[in-house]
Amino acid sequence: MSEHERLRVKKTYKLYVGGKFPRSESGRSYPVSSPDGTELANAALASRKDARDAVAAARKAQRPWAGQTAYLRGQILYRAAEMLEGRAGQFAEELADATGADPREALGTVEQAIDRLVHYAGWTDKYTSVLGGANPVGGPYFNHTTPEPLGVVAVVAPQDDPLLGLIEAFAPAIATGNTAVVLASEAKPLPALSLGEVLATSDLPGGVVNLLSGKVSEVAPHLASHADVNGLDLGGVADAGLAAELEAAAAETLKVVRRPGRDGGALDLLRQWTEYKTVWHPAGMAAGAGGAY
Amino acid sequence: MFEYAPAPESVRPDIKEHYGLFIGGEFVDAEDGAVFKSVNPSTEEALFTVAEAGEADVAKAVAAARRAHETVWGPMSGAERGKYLFRIARLLQEKAREFAVAESMDNGKPIKETRDFDVPTAAQHFFYHAGWADKLSYAGLGADPKPLGVVGQVIPWNFPLLMLAWKIAPALACGNTVVLKPAETTPLTALMFAELCQEAGLPAGVVNILPGAGATGSALVDSAVDKVAFTGSTAVGRAIAKAVAGSKKKVTLELGGKAANIVFDDAPIDQAVEGVVNGIFFNQGHVCCAGSRLLVQESVADEVLERLKARVETLRVGDPLDKNTDIGAINSAEQLSRIRALTETGEGEGADVWQPACDLPERGFWFRPTVFTGVQQSMRIAQEEIFGPVLSVLTFRTPDEAIAKANNTPYGLSAGVWTEKGSKILWAAERLRAGVVWANTFNQFDAASPFGGLKESGYGREGGRQGLEAYLDV
Repeated sequence: MSEHERLRVKKTYKLYVGGKFPRSESGRSYPVSSPDGTELANAALASRKDARDAVAAARKAQRPWAGQTAYLRGQILYRAAEMLEGRAGQFAEELADATGADPREALGTVEQAIDRLVHYAGWTDKYTSVLGGANPVGGPYFNHTTPEPLGVVAVVAPQDDPLLGLIEAFAPAIATGNTAVVLASEAKPLPALSLGEVLATSDLPGGVVNLLSGKVSEVAPHLASHADVNGLDLGGVADAGLAAELEAAAAETLKVVRRPGRDGGALDLLRQWTEYKTVWHPAGMAAGAGGAY
Repeated sequence: MFEYAPAPESVRPDIKEHYGLFIGGEFVDAEDGAVFKSVNPSTEEALFTVAEAGEADVAKAVAAARRAHETVWGPMSGAERGKYLFRIARLLQEKAREFAVAESMDNGKPIKETRDFDVPTAAQHFFYHAGWADKLSYAGLGADPKPLGVVGQVIPWNFPLLMLAWKIAPALACGNTVVLKPAETTPLTALMFAELCQEAGLPAGVVNILPGAGATGSALVDSAVDKVAFTGSTAVGRAIAKAVAGSKKKVTLELGGKAANIVFDDAPIDQAVEGVVNGIFFNQGHVCCAGSRLLVQESVADEVLERLKARVETLRVGDPLDKNTDIGAINSAEQLSRIRALTETGEGEGADVWQPACDLPERGFWFRPTVFTGVQQSMRIAQEEIFGPVLSVLTFRTPDEAIAKANNTPYGLSAGVWTEKGSKILWAAERLRAGVVWANTFNQFDAASPFGGLKESGYGREGGRQGLEAYLDV
């Protein structure tokens, strides 16, 4: 019996759409390397069709996700943190490979990412009372305002911060009941694609987060112009000209756009992907209805 | 129907023959000398002439606003800014009747509405926001939120003074200075407001008013402002969103609507009918949040329609300055032809049209209250904003169907729900894709209550704590 080293089973990095892990419908892939040139893997190269499938999956999942109790959404986000904690070593390695960071530094970043998930898990049942409230109108009416999810949010994730930055971008969107289509860092997509495995085992319903890998210049325009996308985060668009084009395309259906380079805390991000709904009702028997006529 | 003797409003405001642009605290003519006329839509007579701002005037006004922001309004304490706004609110209350009459003459809307709604609500907006000026750090938008700088604002003709108040009051409270363009057919109360700013001793350049048409508006959007706030059509809103793409300009848009007013079979029918009438015929239906689609449950449709028509028969259409008038003049010949054209498509597409037999004045722009029945969702009168006194009636069988039909439009500004069952109201309110939901009431507005839409009705809110976000650097 000849002796040889065991052949390692390598992972095929696929997309995460609608709770499943499909290859690109186009059959395309692209090579991903670490900064020192070491070839890491081939990632699926998402196409227009993949973007559209992801939006459809996000749309289908949105209403049920927003309809869950805030408590349950919080527990599911917390569960995602638990799953990521259990695989912190793997993610630290993938992150170090992707960015060239020192492995210990990479582990620190993974831990920060876990803590951000925990942070947003705690927001799900609080932002409504922090952002909304009762309004003291000048008449006999009960009047209150609540933030509601925008719907489907498309995110171009940061290019140089492929795990923590990506989580920071989509977690506030889904915490508030939106669903997300996230285009991972073009050159460093592997940690994001592995994150799909974490989300898939966190009781997060399929379609709430959809992860695509591919070219920003190819995929983002389809997301920006898609009529069923309600919000667009351009945080990861480095090219100012492209960002302006994407914003103009998003204007066609009056999407809410977050421009690149915008700083802001958690509350700013939670507010970004919510819309206020105000409900009026007469209070008191005399108020009746009608109005001036 | 009772015959009422004419009851004309007797107060006559001091309308000048000619107004200039209001820049840096003074009235000046346009650089190129351009002038246009403002017409009383109930008589078709010219009321006054006014300078029309061009690109050079826009640049001048923005520079004046910038100077005022940097030298006086920005450095001023919130408490002092607030006192100016309180003073403006008080002056508006003092001159309420003059403003109401002027508004009715320039716009065509009934004096009953300008007197009881437009002007008092405008004053309330200043009073409400005055109080925010020294409390912005409590608004939940950061410890020490800063103003944006100079704000360009473009407002429509349907509520000229009120839309001005919605725009100017929060902008100034948050420490910004403004350049505002009133609509070309209704500049009067904005110019009277400029005079009021002088009377209030508001520092020069804090408020600048530039009458003009679309070209003036787009010059303002393209100018060196830090923020654009717009209320008007979705088409123009879309163009503005494109124009500011890639810039640092912040933008808020309050656009069109095609609101559904849903009447369930367990609704208080008399109240619902009043609310439906108010929802579509308030301000001649020139309301972005008008309840222009009545969705009535099939089992009560006949009864609701019968009572609705009986009620509409009693509406008085005519002289805006008569205190008994319910429906005034259509704002312009252009708007009247738009309403006529869309109404004709309704008949062409097979809907049944009904109008009460009321007399219309000989001169001026008028349109009878109109109810379409047998309307299908695909018809243009069920999809497009008519912005006139035209109601499209559709029916539904189940609550789910009502919600689906209500949400089946690119707009998402407002909606109405009529039922005596509380849980059904909350169920429906949660599912309606609209920024404002009126339950067992309609067309209620308040400075303390945020207003604004979703989807193609725009983004951003006006009024309430949430409305401050639009004018702060957050």
